[in-house]
This record gives sequence, structure tokens and C-alpha cells, in this order.
Amino acid sequence: MQHLKPARTLALASACVAALWTGAAFADPDLSAELVIDGELHITTRAPSDDITPNLPERYSGWLFRSAETRDLQADDFENPAMLAVEDGADLWETADGSNGQSCMDCHGDAAESMAGVRARMPHVNDAGVLWSMEDYVNNCRTERMGAEAWRWSGDEMTSMTSFISMQSRGMPVAVQIDGPAEPYWEQGRDMYYTRYGQLELSCASCHEESWGLNIRADHLSQGQISGFPTYRLKNAGIVSMHNRFRGCIRDTRAETFAEGSDEFRALELYVASRGMGLAIEGVSVRP
Amino acid sequence: MKLKAVTGLIAAGIALGGAAFAEVAPGDVVWVDEVTIPDSLTGMPGTATAGVDVVSNRSQGNCVACHEFTALPDVQFQGNVGPSLDGVGSRWTEAELRGILVDAKHMFPETRMPSFYRVDGYTRPGDAYTGRAANPETFGPLLSAQQIEDTIAYLMTLTE
Ligand code: HEC
Ligand code: HEC
Repeated sequence: MQHLKPARTLALASACVAALWTGAAFADPDLSAELVIDGELHITTRAPSDDITPNLPERYSGWLFRSAETRDLQADDFENPAMLAVEDGADLWETADGSNGQSCMDCHGDAAESMAGVRARMPHVNDAGVLWSMEDYVNNCRTERMGAEAWRWSGDEMTSMTSFISMQSRGMPVAVQIDGPAEPYWEQGRDMYYTRYGQLELSCASCHEESWGLNIRADHLSQGQISGFPTYRLKNAGIVSMHNRFRGCIRDTRAETFAEGSDEFRALELYVASRGMGLAIEGVSVRP
Repeated sequence: MKLKAVTGLIAAGIALGGAAFAEVAPGDVVWVDEVTIPDSLTGMPGTATAGVDVVSNRSQGNCVACHEFTALPDVQFQGNVGPSLDGVGSRWTEAELRGILVDAKHMFPETRMPSFYRVDGYTRPGDAYTGRAANPETFGPLLSAQQIEDTIAYLMTLTE
């Protein structure tokens, strides 16, 4: 690959966003990089491996695999484009909606207190024994308590709200429950992770467990962790939900993918979350 | 379903090149010793220059997604999920390369390399990259017999 570098450098000189995107395609994760937000808040981007991830030497956030330019965007709340969604989410938190004329705040008060740690435990099994993602809890409040309409899984309102709620857990370690009532869901998710989908017959593990650190065409493969979600993707110029990312990755194996908000993706979310146990919730991240 | 896919393929072959030789359909490929396919799938040798397009184009084999080719310095962003293919023409025989291309899982059982000339045994096969289910009536292999032969012709030129 060495011989390709001059050509790459030329290509990089053109557009800024293109530079951020293609600049990712260089090498191994940069283990000397430290994520410190606004010079104050240290975010844990490496965590020890354990029984859940016997095939990983260590857990790495996707942040470590990105170019220095992309990493810097996430280290500065003023530069981070995802912060606009967080602000929108904060507004929605206080806005009354639905036939009962209530806002989230009317029941939950100050999100900094009531929502702290929520993201780190998602997805989790609800009182009825069903595995729910954060989007399900949000929509349940809207339809059952506020008399409002459910938001679309990856619609702007929902991704703004999940961005805002995730920020209340920023810096806290992923700590999902995988035993007890969560166990069958976790096992379903694990089976999916190792299933070779589509005409290319690639599993999540083919790319994110066996090939992280390598390049697949222009893409530098990470461990596919979700501790950074919701993510602002420069390529999409918008916020991407976890299920949206899963859908894209399965589609890229030339497979019939699953729907966002499907039972399959909830189970996969739980399993993938557990592979990131100990990594810090990034609140909102920036990725190419 | 399988029969229909095969018929579709032959029709495609005729439409493309008006081939006189009946191509070997994916289901009829003859393996020797599990890992080699001695006979050309088109009955003729392929064209190495056309093989360059197959290995480098995203819409064809896109082999460069996973493999590096020093001989193709103009092709940007070559991946490294698989080994570099420099010298591959000296490491393998033509019959072995045909086997690796048609279905690499014969040679490397757990490999991440896709099977380029196989139409069955997939989990949730899709309609290309749309995310929708494949239509069993029109589902074909990743590459045509001609593309496979062209790629082999090109790989055989990579001797160092
Ligand atoms: C064909 C290869 C491939 C397969 C198979 C694949 N992915 Fe990915 N995935 C990528 C690429 C390329 C990226 C973007 C670079 C990166 O972060 O790895 C990505 C990114 C991700 C991310 C975002 C990581 C971050 O830090 O932003 C997640 C999460 C993810 N994948 C999960 C999955 C899951 C779960 C599966 C299986 C359902 C899967 N992927 C299957 C190629 C793949
Ligand atoms: C998604 C990844 C991927 C793609 C796409 C891919 N390969 Fe491979 N290939 C591999 C891997 C991984 C190996 C190593 C075999 C193993 O798994 O042990 C390999 C091995 C090979 C080998 C034997 C290599 C050697 O040096 O001995 C050849 C030849 C080969 N590939 C040709 C091709 C051609 C031609 C294409 C495109 C038509 C292609 N590959 C597409 C992943 C890929």
C-alpha cells in the first residue's frame, strides 16, 4: 500500500468532508489518542476484554480508528455537529405535546438527574418482560402518557431526543444487563452477530471481530462498538441511530436486511452493547 | 428455482456476447480433488485486460476491496482484509485459481472471501445492495462465467 500514499494525499487535498472521510483509511487504531472533551471530561475509549469478547484483545471505541481531524471534532462541543441535535432534544424535552398537554419534563424533571445512566443500561427488559430500546421507552411515554403520536425510529425528533438523553450518561461505562430475563435476547443477538448474511456471506464478526484495524476498500474497520451512538455521520450530514447503522451493514453484505425497531435489531443491540461493556458512553459521536 | 436461475444466466450470456459455447452454469461446475476446477467455464481462455476491470471496479468483482495489487497503482483505496495478490499467478495453477474464484470456501473453509460463482445456500440473500430480498427468479452469481475467466487470465499474469 505504501505506493498508493502520494495518490491518496492528492485526493485528500480537495474537499474538506471528503478529506475527513478518506483520511480514515490509513492504519491501525491510534492507541496513543485520548478523548478529552473541551479539555476537561475524559472519555474511556479502551476497556479490558472479558468472557463476552474472548476474541478481542481489548475493547476499542470506534473513535480510536478515525482520522485526527474527525477525532478533534468530537473533542470540542462547539465544533461537534451532533450538538445541534442535542440542543433540539433539550427543547423537545420541555415542549408540551399530545392530548394531555404535557412535556417530558413535567414527569421526569431535570434530565441531568432523572436520565443520568439511562443510556448506559440500554437496551433493557421492561416490566412486561420485553426487551426495549431507548426509542421504545420514549415512544411509550408519548403514546401512553402524553397522548401524542409515536415518533419515527430514525426521524429527526427521535434522534434529537435520544442524543439529548444519551448526553446525560456521557462518560459513564456501558453496563447492560445480559442475564436473567435479558439472557434469551442476548443469545439471539449473539447468534445474529455470527451469522453470515447475504450473498457476500459476511457476519458482523467477519468485519468487526476478525478484521478490525484492516481496510475494506476505503473504509478502516473498527470493532463496530455502539458506545458512541447516536452518531453524527459526516457522510450523511446527520444523526444516525444504531439500528440504522445495523441496517446499512447488513445491506452491504448483499442481504435482505432487518427493519429499524425490529425485534431482531433490539436483540442485536443488546449483544453489541455488551461487547462494549466498560467503554464510556460518548453521548454523541462524530464518524466519517 | 435453481433451474430458472440457470436459464436466466444462459439467456444473459447470450445477450451479452452471443456465446456459442453453452456456459457451465453455477450448479454444473465440475470440481476435481475438492479444490480445483480444470475446465474453463466458457470453454475458452479469458482476456487479461478485461480481468483488470473485474478486479478493480466496484460494480464488478471489486477484489481490491480486500486485496492489494502493486501492478494497479492507479486504483485507489486497495484494501487488506485478504493477502496481497502480487505473484498470485506463480503461487497457484489456473485450475486452483478457478476454484478459489468460483467458491473460495473449498480451498479456505472459513474464509471471509465471497463465493463469486454460486447461487444457493445463502442466508437472507438480497437484491444487490438495496437491502430488499433477492428475487429467486432472477438471482444470479456475483460474476458471470466470462468475468471469472477474464479474471483468471489477469491473475495468471501476476507472476512477481
Ligand atoms: C462488509 C463488512 C461489514 C460487515 C459484515 C458489518 N459491518 Fe459494521 N461497519 C463496516 C464499516 C466499513 C464500518 C465503518 C467503519 C467502522 O467503524 O468500522 C462499519 C461500522 C459499524 C458501526 C459503527 C461503529 C462506530 O464507531 O461508529 C457499527 C456499530 C457496526 N458497524 C456494527 C455492525 C454490526 C452489528 C454488524 C452485523 C449485523 C456489522 N456491523 C456488519 C463494515 C461492516
Ligand atoms: C471480503 C473480502 C474478499 C474479497 C472481496 C475477495 N477476497 Fe480473495 N481472499 C480473501 C481472503 C481473506 C483470502 C485469504 C484466504 C483465507 O481466508 O485463508 C483470500 C484469498 C484469495 C486468493 C489466494 C491468495 C494467495 O495469495 O494465495 C486469491 C487468488 C483471491 N483471494 C482472489 C480474489 C479475487 C480475484 C477476488 C475478486 C473477484 C477476490 N479475491 C475478492 C478475501 C477476499
